[in-house]
Amino acid sequence: MKKRSFFEHIATAPYVFWASIFIIGPLLVVLYFAFTNQEGKFTFENILSLSSYSHTFIMSLGFALIATVICLLIGYPLAYCMSRMSERSRNILTVLLMLPMWISLLIRTYSLMALLDNGGLVSGFLTSIGFKKLTFIGTEGAVILGMIYDFLPYMVLPIFTSMNKLDVRYLEAAADLGCNNRKTLWRVILPLTMPGVISGVTMVFVPSISTFYISQKLGGGVFDLLGDTIERQFQNAVTYHTGAAISLVMMVLILLSLAIMNKFSDSGEDIIV
Amino acid sequence: MKFLSKFYIGLVFLILYAPILVVILFSFNKSGNLSYFSTFTLDWYIELFEDKEALNALKNSLILAITSSIIATIIGTLAAFGISRAKNRYYRQTLESVANIPMMNPDIVTGVSMMLLFVGVGAIVGAKSTLGFWTMLIAHTTFNLPYVILQVLPKFRQMDKNLTEAALDLGCTPMQTFFRVELPSIMPGIVSGLMMSFTLSLDDFVISHFVSSPDFKTLPLYIYTQTAHEVKFSMYALCTLMIIAIMLLLIAVNVAGSMGERRALKKARGH
Repeated sequence: MKKRSFFEHIATAPYVFWASIFIIGPLLVVLYFAFTNQEGKFTFENILSLSSYSHTFIMSLGFALIATVICLLIGYPLAYCMSRMSERSRNILTVLLMLPMWISLLIRTYSLMALLDNGGLVSGFLTSIGFKKLTFIGTEGAVILGMIYDFLPYMVLPIFTSMNKLDVRYLEAAADLGCNNRKTLWRVILPLTMPGVISGVTMVFVPSISTFYISQKLGGGVFDLLGDTIERQFQNAVTYHTGAAISLVMMVLILLSLAIMNKFSDSGEDIIV
Repeated sequence: MKFLSKFYIGLVFLILYAPILVVILFSFNKSGNLSYFSTFTLDWYIELFEDKEALNALKNSLILAITSSIIATIIGTLAAFGISRAKNRYYRQTLESVANIPMMNPDIVTGVSMMLLFVGVGAIVGAKSTLGFWTMLIAHTTFNLPYVILQVLPKFRQMDKNLTEAALDLGCTPMQTFFRVELPSIMPGIVSGLMMSFTLSLDDFVISHFVSSPDFKTLPLYIYTQTAHEVKFSMYALCTLMIIAIMLLLIAVNVAGSMGERRALKKARGH
């Protein structure tokens, strides 16, 4: 048995080695860069200078929140409707829902741009039925639409999964005990599908607040979101320190919101699907 | 009510798929214009296949996806094995939470933090440029690892511990037990971890964007530079081909999955 436990013990060694250098290591390097200047001296300046980016933080947070809320408002009823279908249709719909997740975000954003572009199909159609020439690219709406379009499946899938796990007998019990449909929804279905909602919200909010491709393509370079700002700082070695500081604050912000959300869900389930 | 719910599902899926269908349709459009469809053509596909850079990017993507997913699967499977057997609860929990970090962190943070590490190490060593294939390989392996562990660990936990004991009692060495008893029973987890890593690696743009150099471009990076300024219809053709490839892969996985299940069922009945 001694030999056995030795093999068990060294099995994690490659992973421990890899994770400490390439998962923990980079985070420590970000910390180092965020709190030093170019001479390598300790400083708070990078963090303090972020006050000039407060507009970016607020705008990114706002865009991400709006996109997340709309995704939830579209996605929750969708998941509910889907879960009421026959098993065969549910399986087909699951594949249809997962297919976009496997298509590169780059391609999906680019294809949305094909629709919305000036002279694209949508504006062409609208002008042909008598609307004035509209521009979509470069508006707040286009950026938020891009986020919704790109990340909606990530909202629907976890909610749909927890809807499917829902025991039908709970709903029957609720009805027997005198709940009407609306009451059943609020007091039974919603609380029981909360873990799905939480992971859906996370999976939409995190990529939305940190995106830079969507705002570059659909925002026409007008909107500087957090992701764009970070991306720009890392194109030039001089601004690595500011970039590290922004990344650090964003990371802390996200971890805080995740922690707050976890407090809301009293179930002990992990938020990762 | 039933009609309304069907209508709603149809509408959302239509909107979800409309842009993708437009890209597929217009990749065959002769006019080279987004506002109307003139005649059917394969010109954009021909242009794409004559583009050496695109083919090279495809080759790079495949090399990277294959190598990084295999490395991640080996390290991840061993890790899942070790984690499932570890006696110390804190050790187990620490390893699992560390695996969660790349999944929780936004890709951009993972990307820039790895870039800082590579550049920093490069500066210390005095190398001119550290970024390239090797940094890409490290980064892809790193973000694949947690997904492999996530797929394989539950399989180890579900496994019947008595089988291992029996094998050891019957005279298998620990190594033999691992390869003859444990490995076969966790195989489904390993396969799905490998597939997931492969597609994640093929698909990744954000992390690659930060840890790559111009002389090792993958397909997503190539698409990014090509679509930076204008609409290019050869990119529509490329996107169409990639979408078709993904669909075929998904179908293949589904068919293989259900076939494997059926086979397992037959086996179980036979015994």
